[in-house]
Amino acid sequence: MSMSNREIIANGLWNNNQALVALLGLCPLLAVSNTLINGLGLGLATTLVLISSNATISFIRNWVRQEVRLPVFVLVIASFVTAVELAMNAWFHDLHKILGIFIPLIVTNCTIVGRAEAFASRNPVPQSMLDGLSIGMGFTLVLMTLGALREFIGQGTILSGVHLMFGEAARGLSFSMGNDFHGLILAILPPGAFFGLGLLIALKHVIDKRNAARAASRVETVPAEAAPAEG
Amino acid sequence: MKLPVHTSPYGSLPNNVTRVMGEVLLALVPGIIALVYYFGWGVLINIGIAVTTALAAEAGVLRLRKRPVRPALTDLSATVTAVLLAIALPPLTPWWMTVLGVLFAIVMVKHLYGGLGYNPFNPAMAAYVLLLVSFPVAMTQWLPPVLLNEHPLSFVQTLSAIFGGGLPDHLTWDTITSATPLDAMREQLKMNKTISEIAQNPMWGDFGARGWEWVGNWFLLGGLFLLWRKVITWHIPFAMIAGLLLASGLFWLFDPESMPFPGFHLFSGGMILGAFFIATDPVTAATTSKGRLVYGFLIGLTVFIIRTWGGYPDAVAFAVLLMNMAAPTIDYYTQPRVFGARDKDNA
Repeated sequence: MSMSNREIIANGLWNNNQALVALLGLCPLLAVSNTLINGLGLGLATTLVLISSNATISFIRNWVRQEVRLPVFVLVIASFVTAVELAMNAWFHDLHKILGIFIPLIVTNCTIVGRAEAFASRNPVPQSMLDGLSIGMGFTLVLMTLGALREFIGQGTILSGVHLMFGEAARGLSFSMGNDFHGLILAILPPGAFFGLGLLIALKHVIDKRNAARAASRVETVPAEAAPAEG
Repeated sequence: MKLPVHTSPYGSLPNNVTRVMGEVLLALVPGIIALVYYFGWGVLINIGIAVTTALAAEAGVLRLRKRPVRPALTDLSATVTAVLLAIALPPLTPWWMTVLGVLFAIVMVKHLYGGLGYNPFNPAMAAYVLLLVSFPVAMTQWLPPVLLNEHPLSFVQTLSAIFGGGLPDHLTWDTITSATPLDAMREQLKMNKTISEIAQNPMWGDFGARGWEWVGNWFLLGGLFLLWRKVITWHIPFAMIAGLLLASGLFWLFDPESMPFPGFHLFSGGMILGAFFIATDPVTAATTSKGRLVYGFLIGLTVFIIRTWGGYPDAVAFAVLLMNMAAPTIDYYTQPRVFGARDKDNA
């Protein structure tokens, strides 16, 4: 049952990536990934909720009766989402305006209740927090990649709106291809999100397959080398 | 003595993808000649770009998929997709848009779903919609037909416009391009003009717009050729045209001053081309006879609905894609009775 910290991190970021493998939380993933900064904002908010809800649920896991666990999880998650939403409204007001309804909707993100049920309710607090962090970062990374791709293909910019997150000083970081750039507007529209996610999933399969093939060939060669020593 | 027993059919024509696609291409020729006559060399250049890209993309993807390349290249299906997309594009589309559209059609819409025979959506129309949604300005800049065109471009000028975006010095894009008839009709109706006022404009002919209606006629000729050669059946074109005429006719009878004449709908935009060449695509259309009637009728109806109340002037591509999605369901509900079975068995 218990996993090493290394496994927890590898699972969250890659092997059980919630966006690419479990395909959970698709609604915010597809709706908000139109720019890199939007993706980063929503990803970090989700991560924060995941860490705190995983920690709390893990902490109370021995006192919550099996029959009522789901309502309790939802209550805990909803409280943290409300807190994160209010915090974003206070400190990242413009970003909050852009992300809009998708911040309160984090509460319905299946990833969070999924992790509460599958991991936090069965594991001690430190592991659960690590799980929340790695799952959240895995989700954030996919959101950012998809956001960067769609932003670049659709409007020829990278990091547009960076000042919403890092203040006016960071405004110079954003990059633009200029006004002559003919973006593929479809990439910004919802179909572009589906195409982009599909291609990312395909890319993950290609990488996994290549790694598996390499691992298999290594297994074949190792015993061959080891055999004479045994003999 | 034992004689080998064969099952029917006892006499048959060689029937394969290459023959079907070749006849579709042949049937497109009169319409293409008409397009070139009315709208200039751009149409032919677009077809050239599109076909080259399509063959290269097809070969590339097949190599990646480790499939034999030669049979797929010679079966002409990629060529048909490319030609259909090219004649749907405006004559002066920049070359890279055509290339992008064809790549999308062949790689994403056709091969990612499994290649010829497996794609749920019509590749040419999906690519057309991609370009229309992504580059709305460039995709609605049509040339006026030659009868009304004051600055017809020569072959070399067209070539440079397509590849470099450059026009002869005294011309700008605004002076040589104009809205399509459907677009013009739509804009003027929005300005609360009546049909009889709009019809004063010299761009209108007998049924639809000048030039355009004749292109429609030549495509119709090609479509009849396909019917005669039994490449397509009558169900889809008939039902599609019936759906459009019925819907537009009803509204026209009710309010002839703000609803265009049904013939205008029929001979404008991509309707005839769509009815005979695009909606009849054997891979993406419904396959039962009754299903084809339903499928075609719904396309016609959708075309009228989107043209009249939707956000885009023409709708054949959107309607075809929507009904592609519905085709499996239509087939499911219209399965014919198996010979010898009672109705009860089938239910």
